[in-house]
Amino acid sequence: MDGFLASPIGILAITVAQTLALLVPVLIAVAYLTLAERKVLAAMQLRRGPNVVGPFGLLQPFADALKMLMKETIIPSGANRFLFILAPILLFMLAMIAWAVIPVQDGWAIADINVGILYLFAVSSLGVYGVIIAGWASNSKYAFLGALRSAAQMVSYEVSIGFVIVTVLLCVGSLNLTDVVRAQERVWFFIPLFPMFIIFFISALAETNRAPFDLPEGESELVAGFFVEYSSMSFALFFLGEYANMILMSALTTILFLGGWHPPMHMVPFTWIPGFVWFALKIALLLFVFIWVRATFPRYRYDQLMRLGWKVFLPFSLVWLVLTAAVLKLAGWLPA
Amino acid sequence: MASLDRAARSLLLSELVSGMALTLKYFFKPKVTINYPYEKGPLSPRFKGEHALRRYPNGEERCIACKLCEAVCPALAITIEAEPREDGSRRTTRYDIDMTKCIYCGMCEEACPVDAIVEGPNFEFSVETREELMYDKARLLANGDRWEPELAKRLELDAPYR
Repeated sequence: MDGFLASPIGILAITVAQTLALLVPVLIAVAYLTLAERKVLAAMQLRRGPNVVGPFGLLQPFADALKMLMKETIIPSGANRFLFILAPILLFMLAMIAWAVIPVQDGWAIADINVGILYLFAVSSLGVYGVIIAGWASNSKYAFLGALRSAAQMVSYEVSIGFVIVTVLLCVGSLNLTDVVRAQERVWFFIPLFPMFIIFFISALAETNRAPFDLPEGESELVAGFFVEYSSMSFALFFLGEYANMILMSALTTILFLGGWHPPMHMVPFTWIPGFVWFALKIALLLFVFIWVRATFPRYRYDQLMRLGWKVFLPFSLVWLVLTAAVLKLAGWLPA
Repeated sequence: MASLDRAARSLLLSELVSGMALTLKYFFKPKVTINYPYEKGPLSPRFKGEHALRRYPNGEERCIACKLCEAVCPALAITIEAEPREDGSRRTTRYDIDMTKCIYCGMCEEACPVDAIVEGPNFEFSVETREELMYDKARLLANGDRWEPELAKRLELDAPYR
């Protein structure tokens, strides 16, 4: 048995099994996130939300998926067919491969690489390509405007996200995500780095094009943003990718600031629950806040969005980064 | 001091937090939506829904083919043909309502001297084809038989105001 598992085929089989074990729950989580969003939004607007398909509407995501599969895929005559089809695939793929480095529990990452954060950062930046390709290939002015807005917004907020990540890395001394979580054994980083936590969370909202930064898909002026022309499964892939990105950003926030798989206290009732459950609970909490924010705030104007990104978050995170470095150096807390 | 106060407010995101608190409060409030197909809202006795032709308690149709409803109908949705029956009473041989033309104004009901044509409480009569909305006399009488208890009650409730 050992011989088989060590052989190339064995390693491949293990990797495939691990990938499935991670991605299937992620996709189910995506499906239920769409339901949760509709339910939470409904509750906050004193409505009921979907409640007809299955008990409490629990089968609604499957009904939606079925509907999406049955619909016809329409490719506009002016569109670049190859790129038009490629864009949603790219976006969805990027949203999925990012999960490779996420440590669900101590040692439970598919690829426990030492540049985990850089990998995540690179993958989330590549997401912009999916958006731009979609907007350009649709050959429609709304899609194009949506794509431009989306790309500009994602790029702007990545800058401050970068500084926030660097601040955390200063406190950890490693780019390995597992090490980042291990460093939070005693105190979660959101306590000493609280302002950075807020900046990171708000930037994550902007990065995933969520309300109040959902101008790329601003319904009132751009219909649906860069995916106006998409229908059926190609639309569903965008949708899945977008929601998978939301979960990914929540997972990243959990890893960087909320102590990953660590229970709130290393005491008996908390340590009974396995680490990956804590990880999932923290992600669920953050996702609730994502939806909660959507239910609360109106959309930003585009210049306000850019002002917030470049004139508030960027200087603020830069100052905090220098401050953190100085404090770590002067107090001698720099990790070896 | 005022500027310090303002700076502290915006840095601590106080307005955002109070907004979030409000939505969270609403999250736990009871819902106001009626769970429609299983739960329905109240209807006024004057509600103007699907039409019905009523009968007397002995089973005789009320309609005497006076054609007042046909005359008053602003949408020209009603078509009536009549001739004397074997016993000499005047009855309709044809009483059609084109439900696609009807504007549910209730004038037919107002015009009827014998409370034969009425608009009942039923508003759930959607169909899949246009033809099904061309109601004939049999359909209208069947409606009347089906809804008679409610129709009678509604007429009685509304009578003092007529």
